[in-house]
Amino acid sequence: MCTTCGCGNSQTYMNGKAMPSHRHLDKPLRYRPLAQPIHGHTPISVAADHPSRTIHPGTGIAGTHAAGISQARIVKIERDILAKNNQYAAQNRRYLSKHGIFALNLVSSPGSGKTTLLVKTIQMLRDKFPIAVIEGDQQTDRDAARIRATGVPVIQINTGKGCHLDAHMVGRAMQQLPLQHDSLLLIENVGNLVCPSSFDLGEAHKVVILSVTEGEDKPLKYPDMFLASSLMLLNKCDLLPYLTFDIDLALEYAHRIHPELPVIQVSATQGSGMPAWVDWIAAGCRCATAAKPHLQATDPSLD
Amino acid sequence: MINSEKPMHELSLAENIVQLIEDTALKQSFAQVTTVWLEIGQLACVEQESLRFYFDVVAQDSIARQARLEIIEIAGQALCKQCNQDILIATYHDACPHCGSYALQVTQGDGMRIKELEVK
Repeated sequence: MCTTCGCGNSQTYMNGKAMPSHRHLDKPLRYRPLAQPIHGHTPISVAADHPSRTIHPGTGIAGTHAAGISQARIVKIERDILAKNNQYAAQNRRYLSKHGIFALNLVSSPGSGKTTLLVKTIQMLRDKFPIAVIEGDQQTDRDAARIRATGVPVIQINTGKGCHLDAHMVGRAMQQLPLQHDSLLLIENVGNLVCPSSFDLGEAHKVVILSVTEGEDKPLKYPDMFLASSLMLLNKCDLLPYLTFDIDLALEYAHRIHPELPVIQVSATQGSGMPAWVDWIAAGCRCATAAKPHLQATDPSLD
Repeated sequence: MINSEKPMHELSLAENIVQLIEDTALKQSFAQVTTVWLEIGQLACVEQESLRFYFDVVAQDSIARQARLEIIEIAGQALCKQCNQDILIATYHDACPHCGSYALQVTQGDGMRIKELEVK
């Protein structure tokens, strides 16, 4: 479909297994036409219909309806286009908060070092909390294999031609993961600074990763992502001596878009800044545990 | 410069629009949609031309196949945290025209929703 980014309505795979589509149709881009009005009656006339949800033609926003277009009516929807995704996200968020799970959605362009950062983070934190990972990529389970080598449970979602994870995919992956109470869930989104910003997954925070091998002006070029994120990690800082990257300029641009955005400078490979990052996560985990409704006893396994 | 690149998630958005329309059709009993009014914020992460393109593709076999897509653009608006004035902005990296501050709180124009439908 989209030849630039490959975004399309293709089959999604989870750990190599085809995932049933949540769209109510079986073929890509095929919607069941509603051949007949429901109940087989003629459409409800304007006069007979609920006044709160419909208005007479001609008084709608277009204001151009000629008298005599009797069948036409205006149906108010007033709904966010992402309502469906947001419903799934709300479901995920409820589940996560009920069980005291702190979930992070890691977003960046491809090649910023997300997976390396994740592996190091897991190594530093796995003795403190149970950790689970959801990996999103268009193809292959190479990232999941790297995470699996650390010993934590991981689900790979292959979005096929899709350019982002959505809340439904993540909800399905959460069902398949052995999630534990008071744990950490790390979601590595598809490497893309545009689309994932619009799709809430139910996470506590989006964390945007910018690496110093990219341009300082990425925040200006892709503002939505920096606006949607609660923390920015500036990665690969060990390479700064070899680059002309201007940290102050990058931070200035990031703060133009999102003035309060906290930034941690890290090097996933050399370890600098990593303690501050894992402290930030640990604080979030403690908050998630503290905010958990005190309904259940101390059963460590989830239903 | 003509940008021939098709931005990315507009296909998902078009699918969501058609699905919302079909959900509404089931609830409110209509069989054909003639016009769809969308409200798209100027700051929303969506490319209108691309959305129109994908809407035509996705709507093809739905009750919205003959629907006209009307996009109402909602201006970007923000409150300047420094001088406390309401201002119009076209991008997230605009500065306040009064005091030059970048510390702005967006108050309008970052959303996208289906406003209403004309149906038969």
